[in-house]
Amino acid sequence: MSTLTPVLSAHWDESDSFTIAGYKRHGGYEAAAKALKMEPDAVIQLVKDSGLRGRGGAGFPTGMKWGFIPQGDNKDHYLVVNADESEPGTCKDMPLLLANPHVLIEGMIIASYAIRAKYAFIYLRGEVVHVARRLQQAIEDAYKAGHLGKNIFGSGVDLELVLHIGAGAYICGEETALLDSLEGFRGQPRLRPPFPAIAGLYARPTVVNNVESIASVPAIIANGAEWFSAMGTEKSKGMTLYSLSGHVVNPGQFEAPLGITLRQLLELSGGIRPGHQLKFWTPGGSSTPIFTADHLDTPLDYEGVSAAGSMLGTKALQIFDETTCVLRAVLRWSEFYKHESCGKCTPCREGTTWLVQILRDLENGKGTAADLDKLLDLCDNIMGRSFCALGDGATSPITSSIKFFRDEYIAHVTHGGCPFDSHASTLFATERAGA
Amino acid sequence: MAYTDRDIATMDTIINRYPRKRSAIMPLLHFVQAHDGFVTGEGIELVAKKLELETAEVSAVATFYTQYKRKPVGEYHVGVCTNTLCAIMGGDEILAGLKEHLGLENDGVTADGKVSLEHLECNAACDYAPVVMANWEFYDNQNVQSAKDLVDSMRAGNPIPPTRGPNSLPTWKENSAVLAGINDGRAGEGVQAGDPSLLGLKIAKKGSKA
Repeated sequence: MSTLTPVLSAHWDESDSFTIAGYKRHGGYEAAAKALKMEPDAVIQLVKDSGLRGRGGAGFPTGMKWGFIPQGDNKDHYLVVNADESEPGTCKDMPLLLANPHVLIEGMIIASYAIRAKYAFIYLRGEVVHVARRLQQAIEDAYKAGHLGKNIFGSGVDLELVLHIGAGAYICGEETALLDSLEGFRGQPRLRPPFPAIAGLYARPTVVNNVESIASVPAIIANGAEWFSAMGTEKSKGMTLYSLSGHVVNPGQFEAPLGITLRQLLELSGGIRPGHQLKFWTPGGSSTPIFTADHLDTPLDYEGVSAAGSMLGTKALQIFDETTCVLRAVLRWSEFYKHESCGKCTPCREGTTWLVQILRDLENGKGTAADLDKLLDLCDNIMGRSFCALGDGATSPITSSIKFFRDEYIAHVTHGGCPFDSHASTLFATERAGA
Repeated sequence: MAYTDRDIATMDTIINRYPRKRSAIMPLLHFVQAHDGFVTGEGIELVAKKLELETAEVSAVATFYTQYKRKPVGEYHVGVCTNTLCAIMGGDEILAGLKEHLGLENDGVTADGKVSLEHLECNAACDYAPVVMANWEFYDNQNVQSAKDLVDSMRAGNPIPPTRGPNSLPTWKENSAVLAGINDGRAGEGVQAGDPSLLGLKIAKKGSKA
């Protein structure tokens, strides 16, 4: 019996899955019509009851977030969907939007109705033109069908939906930086409180949700809270997209109930590439502390991963085998954080620069054993000392890799450089079997 | 090149999408790139005028985001992902191979103006690693030779089509217009999903039949 539960991905194998006709063939937009006949508060309650938690990394309960929007305040409310998918390793929202942009639009209609927003935005990363095309066309088709605009579904409710396209800044995936960017400024995080629910876009009450969170809502409305909460574990309900990449026979997207393990996913997909062994992996992108083969049976839900010392994050399972130099991997991630640090907070801006310099020295054989303590000391001074979590994320690969692979760092010192053959890690070094 | 009345009308359409006009700054900068190929001084002045901002305010935004270019790029702008996963899977070798093949350094443009080269951060396609982007369209599962073939096809004026994208590769300016929110009518082209995106679904269907 399969442990996979395709819901969001159920019809991705149909060649017109991204069209409004393809979406309606499987009941598309019926959940929105149903929700708009309910009381908005009842919609919020249903999403609360389902146990849906944010799929963008933090895992905050979605219905509760919606419930924080003050009602009867005579202010404009906004819904903003975070489609700025940029966390290294994360690759779930882009295939979702390429294959089915309408499920996001339908989820946004329901969410906007629940929080009484008349304006909604999708903040899409700028480096994916074909996804932009599909979303733009889907929005236009939804307007033509009367699902967006004035008096949607004949309900008397209005909703404008705008696709806003970014321009290459990882920091804009942070919700307050995203809002600054959407307002037309440099994308730099804001100090919280106030939280977006009180003062978000244009200082108005705003909900910011991840693509997958909002895309999960139509199925919850259609099938009920109990259907959703029957999947998953005690506190991590429902199905979700796990993205497997790296040194595996078959990388790809796997939609499964929360709590599945990497061992199960590897068994389903064909395992590590032949002749090699798992060395280290990320459970949810580069900002989540790395795991090793000792964590193969860790339940991949919010609590399970956290108890094992990391974070579920975006469920981006990047798999590296024994040919991979952990220091090279960590250095590259560190260079990314240095490049993407927005520069607002000193510990992150200066700290990530120092981290890269020390790691480069170690990689080039110019480091010393004392550099490891310096790295950990720097991480200690970056962690928790900035407006947003970018700097925190930068420390995760370093502290976790030193914990598990201190000897490998030292080997760079004694060997006078990297002891690995980088070609052995490439896809071209071994032929990959087909799916 | 001067901006025509039609260009100005397009800019107004973009501005009118937003409740507050300053929010239109990013799509307008993409529009400037669609018109001029990069963010020109003339473009910055025009955006500032349309949004009633100082040019310094527009420049401050334009310089924050890496997709806004301050000098011309090629007709086909090629990006090689060298973030950890793609780099390790072969992105580093692909970038080195292209640099050598084209005789370019990072951010360089070929003398014929056809191809420019840049190393990229993660492009949200890790299950297709190593990934190369051209004008922000996906070229999945690349190797050194396929990447060289790609840039050769660009220089010959007949680029190999993207893996998951339109049936032919649009130019840098054409794709900048899409990023400004202008529908080019090509959403229906190309696959709905690549094989890795469908892997879990395929396995689930097989399992339920067994």
